[in-house]
Amino acid sequence: MSTTALRREIELVSPTRQRVMGALFLLAGIAIWWFFGMAVKDGAITKFGMTPGGMQATMPDLKLPSETTLNILAAACVFIGAFQLVRAGGFGKRTNQILGLVAGIFVFAFLVYAAAGKSLNLAGLLNTTLSKAVPLTLGALSGIICERAGIINIGIEGMMLMGAMVGALVGSLTGSLWIGLLAAILSGALLGWVLGVLSIRYKINQIISGTAINIFATGMTSFISALFLQRNEALNNPGTFKAWEIPVLSQTPLLGPILFDNNIFVYSMFALLVILQVGLFYTRWGLRHRAVGEHPRAADTLGINVIRTRYIASLLGGMVAGFAGGYFTLGSVGRFDEVMTAGRGFIALAAMIFGNWMPFGALGAGLLFGFADSLASKLAILGIKIPSQFLLMAPYLATMIILAGVVGRGQAPAAEGEPYEKEG
Amino acid sequence: MSDQTPSTPKSDPQSEPQKAAEILTEELVNEAKGGKQSGEARGKSWNSGLVVPVLAIFTGLVIGGLLIIFTDLKFYEAWRQSPGAGLRAAWDILVTSYASLFTGAFGDPARIVAAIQSGDALAIRKAFYPFFESLVATTPYIFGGLSVALGFRAGVFNIGAEGQIFMGAIFAAFVGYSLTGLPMIIHLPLAILAGALGGGIWGFIPGWLKAKTGGHEVINTIMLNYIAFRVSDWLLTGPMKRPGSANPVSPSIAESAYLPKFFGDPIRFHLGFFVALFVAWLVYWFLFKTKWGFELRSVGANPHAAKYAGMTVSLTTILAMTLSGALAGLAGANEVLGVNHNLAMAFSSGYGFDSIALALLGKSHPGGVVLAALLFGTLRNGATNMQLKAGIPIDIISILQAVILVFIAAPAIIRTIYRLRQPSVEEQALAIGSWGGK
Repeated sequence: MSTTALRREIELVSPTRQRVMGALFLLAGIAIWWFFGMAVKDGAITKFGMTPGGMQATMPDLKLPSETTLNILAAACVFIGAFQLVRAGGFGKRTNQILGLVAGIFVFAFLVYAAAGKSLNLAGLLNTTLSKAVPLTLGALSGIICERAGIINIGIEGMMLMGAMVGALVGSLTGSLWIGLLAAILSGALLGWVLGVLSIRYKINQIISGTAINIFATGMTSFISALFLQRNEALNNPGTFKAWEIPVLSQTPLLGPILFDNNIFVYSMFALLVILQVGLFYTRWGLRHRAVGEHPRAADTLGINVIRTRYIASLLGGMVAGFAGGYFTLGSVGRFDEVMTAGRGFIALAAMIFGNWMPFGALGAGLLFGFADSLASKLAILGIKIPSQFLLMAPYLATMIILAGVVGRGQAPAAEGEPYEKEG
Repeated sequence: MSDQTPSTPKSDPQSEPQKAAEILTEELVNEAKGGKQSGEARGKSWNSGLVVPVLAIFTGLVIGGLLIIFTDLKFYEAWRQSPGAGLRAAWDILVTSYASLFTGAFGDPARIVAAIQSGDALAIRKAFYPFFESLVATTPYIFGGLSVALGFRAGVFNIGAEGQIFMGAIFAAFVGYSLTGLPMIIHLPLAILAGALGGGIWGFIPGWLKAKTGGHEVINTIMLNYIAFRVSDWLLTGPMKRPGSANPVSPSIAESAYLPKFFGDPIRFHLGFFVALFVAWLVYWFLFKTKWGFELRSVGANPHAAKYAGMTVSLTTILAMTLSGALAGLAGANEVLGVNHNLAMAFSSGYGFDSIALALLGKSHPGGVVLAALLFGTLRNGATNMQLKAGIPIDIISILQAVILVFIAAPAIIRTIYRLRQPSVEEQALAIGSWGGK
């Protein structure tokens, strides 16, 4: 424990890192001033809508003079950069947070520049960000549950896909969204159990068993879909969960309609975040769960049943992934299309690593990816010259940069991926 | 690992790397010889080495058949009448499906005979079309399987074959259509090498990231897959778009860059198949007959011992990922230069993941990979016909692959089902070790 803390101290205050960060902040400021500030027409005004489309206006539009705002933002970044370079140790432990802050300023500046002379519905942007973040965060939570106990779950994509299809099919057959959702969760649990059996009992390399689950689920869902769902509309029409509005809180300006007028999936995501955060780090169950993932041998000698814990972890992880899959069909689109998860299971894994295997970290990562996604479509509407494909690349590039340790190395559970052998 | 008594005293500083090298050599030689066994036992292990894959494939086909039957409404209708009618219906469904799989993969024997007898060239070509098309479908699988297998040998998971195929295709297409007036003897190899270069770069990136920063190659390669997809999307709707066409497709490549076909239409069999076989032999030679191949396998088998023996693990990782990417890039080049003669969006359909199953089925050995690729290519080609004639969605191939993959990765399941003899400890160690753990 002390070694880890020591390592983090040294890592965050290393002089090279300090200088690189400082240079980065300065560059951000200069870029804002040069690329955005200079490019904006004199007297242009950026209008930010503060109410998501289709909802009662709770807050008037935000009007900002484009060039002035950009100059202020640029100055802020330059100041931060100078501070980082000049002061001994820069921002020290807070460097990562400041990096996030500068990144946020840069993105906001980009928005001001992009919408100069036009209007951009900021609240709408944040709303779509949250929606897009839901499957990613839920997938990441599934990954966290599994990996914290030592099981690498590459199969999240397959579990989500299976949950989506089963949810749509059963929901249509029974006419009940809730039964469909339950079926989605159970199908995820089934695949989670398979992952557990393959990884724990047969000790297959967990990446291979996860990949097998992905291939199987992709094939099975497309197979069933082509045979039944695409031919017979009655089997592919479950409908979606309606949004529930929380009375008073949803009237708060800006954040109100975004956070408190959502469907069950968003609320469940918030609930799961809290449950997992508390469960993993403040309960005995969580401690044992994490012990199995860090040092199963020691956990075993203390009497913790490593095998059973890991089975439960894969089951729970599968259930959450199945629930996440249900979001696609029962919470968003309302029908199943082949391979509709489009790789979000893998992005969820990246979000898990990005968030350092912590539930709220996963939320942050999910929001980031969701933001990049929704930004791309918004900018296409605004007619920005940057090809949309590059913006769509942003989350993937960000993941690679994060993994490369720009934001400091994450700490994976120590014993993840290794099958446990009971000795003696 | 064999137990050996150290021949040099522990205090001697030279002994550590030497011992490690000796351990490594012995391990690898044993692996090559199939374990330390007597001649008779070795023969048995070779047999059992083949038994499990064959049974895995057979069981997979059985499961596939069951799935086809139980998702066919005709079966349930017949069953309602009587169990006998149901069984007959089940048999009919099975026969129709697998017959169309067979004729799609190899051709209709009756049709072939009739065509040969008639002597009409076009009829003969049409009759042999399925067989050669299977070989056409096999070719990218050979490259993909080699790519992943090489990675496994070095202890890296290359899930990025999909993206590397795209990049290889992009580079090959670019060289193919932008250079004109060159003789084929120069243009074609150049285009092929360009494909290898494109894939190699795309493999180098995650390899370098893993070596220098420890970033896990599984995530990085998957991310690069999506980035490659976006890049090709942008290129095909922008700089590389065919002038005058509304579709995202590149200009046609020059004829001097075609991989020549051997027969006339409709047979698409081209030189790429033999290029693939040649490359498979090259990979075999590299892995088992050169010093770098030995280093690569050592690093994959036991990175710590390899380091003690003086090999640079990080360099080997980078090399392995780059070569792996280059091989996948060749698959992309093959499709562009031999089949499509241009670059279009999403021409590759899941080759990346299929290749993983391939490499495992082929036990990460180039020879095994070629055989496994033949199987998968044939299955895929036949399944297209199965979809056409019997209405079975082609996705059944993925289900089959996943099932076979699981059986290969966990031979214990097959052994339990068929009540086979449990393997000796040596065989088990060999099997678990051959794809290098994590």
